[in-house]
Amino acid sequence: MDSTIAAILVQDGIVNGAIYALLALSLVLVFAVTRVVFVPQGEFVAYGALTYAALDTGTLPGSLWLLAGLGAAAFLAGLAQRRPIFGLALSSLVLPAAIIATSWLLVPSKPGILANALLSLAIVTPIAPYIYRIGFQPLAEASVLVLLIAAVAVHLALMGLGLVFFGPEGSRASAFSAASVSVGDFSLSGQALWILGLTGALMIGLYGFFGFTLLGRALRATAVNRLGARLVGIGTAQSGSIAFTLAGAIGALSGILVVPLTTVYYDSGFVIGLKGFTAAIIAGMASYPGAVLAAVLVGVLESFSSFWASAFKEVIVFTAIIPVLLWRSLRHAAIEDDDE
Amino acid sequence: MSVLSVEKLAVSYGAIPAVEDISLVVPEGGLVTVIGPNGAGKSTLLNAIMGVLPSRGAIRFLDRDLGGMPVEARVHLGIALVPEKRELFATLSVADNLLLGGFRFGRRHAGDELDRVYGLFPRLRERHRQPAGTLSGGERQMLAMGRALMGKPRLLMLDEPSLGLAPLIVRDIFRIIADLRATGVAILLVEQNARAALRVADRGYVLETGRVTLEGEAKTLAADPRIVEMYLGVASG
Repeated sequence: MDSTIAAILVQDGIVNGAIYALLALSLVLVFAVTRVVFVPQGEFVAYGALTYAALDTGTLPGSLWLLAGLGAAAFLAGLAQRRPIFGLALSSLVLPAAIIATSWLLVPSKPGILANALLSLAIVTPIAPYIYRIGFQPLAEASVLVLLIAAVAVHLALMGLGLVFFGPEGSRASAFSAASVSVGDFSLSGQALWILGLTGALMIGLYGFFGFTLLGRALRATAVNRLGARLVGIGTAQSGSIAFTLAGAIGALSGILVVPLTTVYYDSGFVIGLKGFTAAIIAGMASYPGAVLAAVLVGVLESFSSFWASAFKEVIVFTAIIPVLLWRSLRHAAIEDDDE
Repeated sequence: MSVLSVEKLAVSYGAIPAVEDISLVVPEGGLVTVIGPNGAGKSTLLNAIMGVLPSRGAIRFLDRDLGGMPVEARVHLGIALVPEKRELFATLSVADNLLLGGFRFGRRHAGDELDRVYGLFPRLRERHRQPAGTLSGGERQMLAMGRALMGKPRLLMLDEPSLGLAPLIVRDIFRIIADLRATGVAILLVEQNARAALRVADRGYVLETGRVTLEGEAKTLAADPRIVEMYLGVASG
């Protein structure tokens, strides 16, 4: 192995790591705010990817009908929870209808990369708060374990629905830009630049949101002290819904960024999400910068192991979690002893 | 008109009743105190009024039935609870904690309110960049009260504001409570420190093992021989 190959592997690792970092961030966010381990994160990656790929070829994506169906289900769930009917109808019936109408008008004319990406985000993102309202809000007071089981169930259901609405064939989209930058022997593809640039911008945006807006502070407050948050009027349901919306948007965006690089199937999201999850676990499900760092590590580890021992690529990446868990459990053993 | 009226309130933890058959009224701008020994159900009473605990009986706020309403909806109507454990946002700065106290208004009203709260608690202004978790016990109580005031409540409920604080700081806290009632907010004060509580209050209720055993004007209660014997000690004057 010479330095050129090493440079390519590192570049590959960082680009993939950037995607894992986005997923890890949203996993940490959803867990902190709602205590839900967001297993279905990967499905949002797949939905985003397949929706974008369909739009790229000028066809209406199956996720539109999924959006309408889940919106209707969320409407019924909201009625059962006795929410105000006007806002409920607006968010779960009128919004999907508007998105479907927009897609129907725009898509046949192939409106271009930016419009397709925004439209994909608009189609996939609302699915996340709908799922929160249907599946998790009624369980808001349940234990972490019950929430985890519900999350696994939602993951399986969404994967099945993915097969129904997108079919078993994989899709790939054309790259955002064909340009590439070369420095000596070393070249960076336009898509890689897009991924790194958008990831960086999104992280800065999230930092600003959590640091400087009232809503961002409210989410942090909910994560720190749930009762305290309720006592100042921050509804658990409201912050949960916002956290899910952000996670859905981040998942969908990751899918849109990834699908020009690799063929995505209805069930491809899970493994991608699992790598984000590995990074989040390494960061203890608690630290945002830690999760980003761990995600880049996971990406680089993956690309080097695919070079040296490609058959064991996934094994090596997921095995990396074991020493971390051992180290964490040794460090925290004293606390658990105190509890007994 | 009364700000808060509670009728035949009952709360139980499983099969064990914690408070039973409690009725009390907090008039507009009034300062009402509930005193009683540890474990009498004082905190339970406040948590039930706030909606943190489910309860039976009627709770009316400004002639509105609160039955079954979630905590955050009660906050939006103008009820605030400063809980015994403060429940601050430990990793957020003092200023952020206060800002979130005004969550029900959105951000626009924060400036004036923030100045008012810093005026009441100058110490908080000095520490506004510090994480809330690094404050001392007295400062935490001030922050918890300040955070509640940021929501401009019509009814402020204080749960043992003097608990675990040094005597000098306790005196500060009670001075601030007296200042607050002068601003027109109705206050429901739960305290073990019966002497200080009866000194600032208009009316008092004595809660023992989950039931109201005595109620009346604060002055009358402070002079009642049973109260003097049980809560104020012989040396009270």
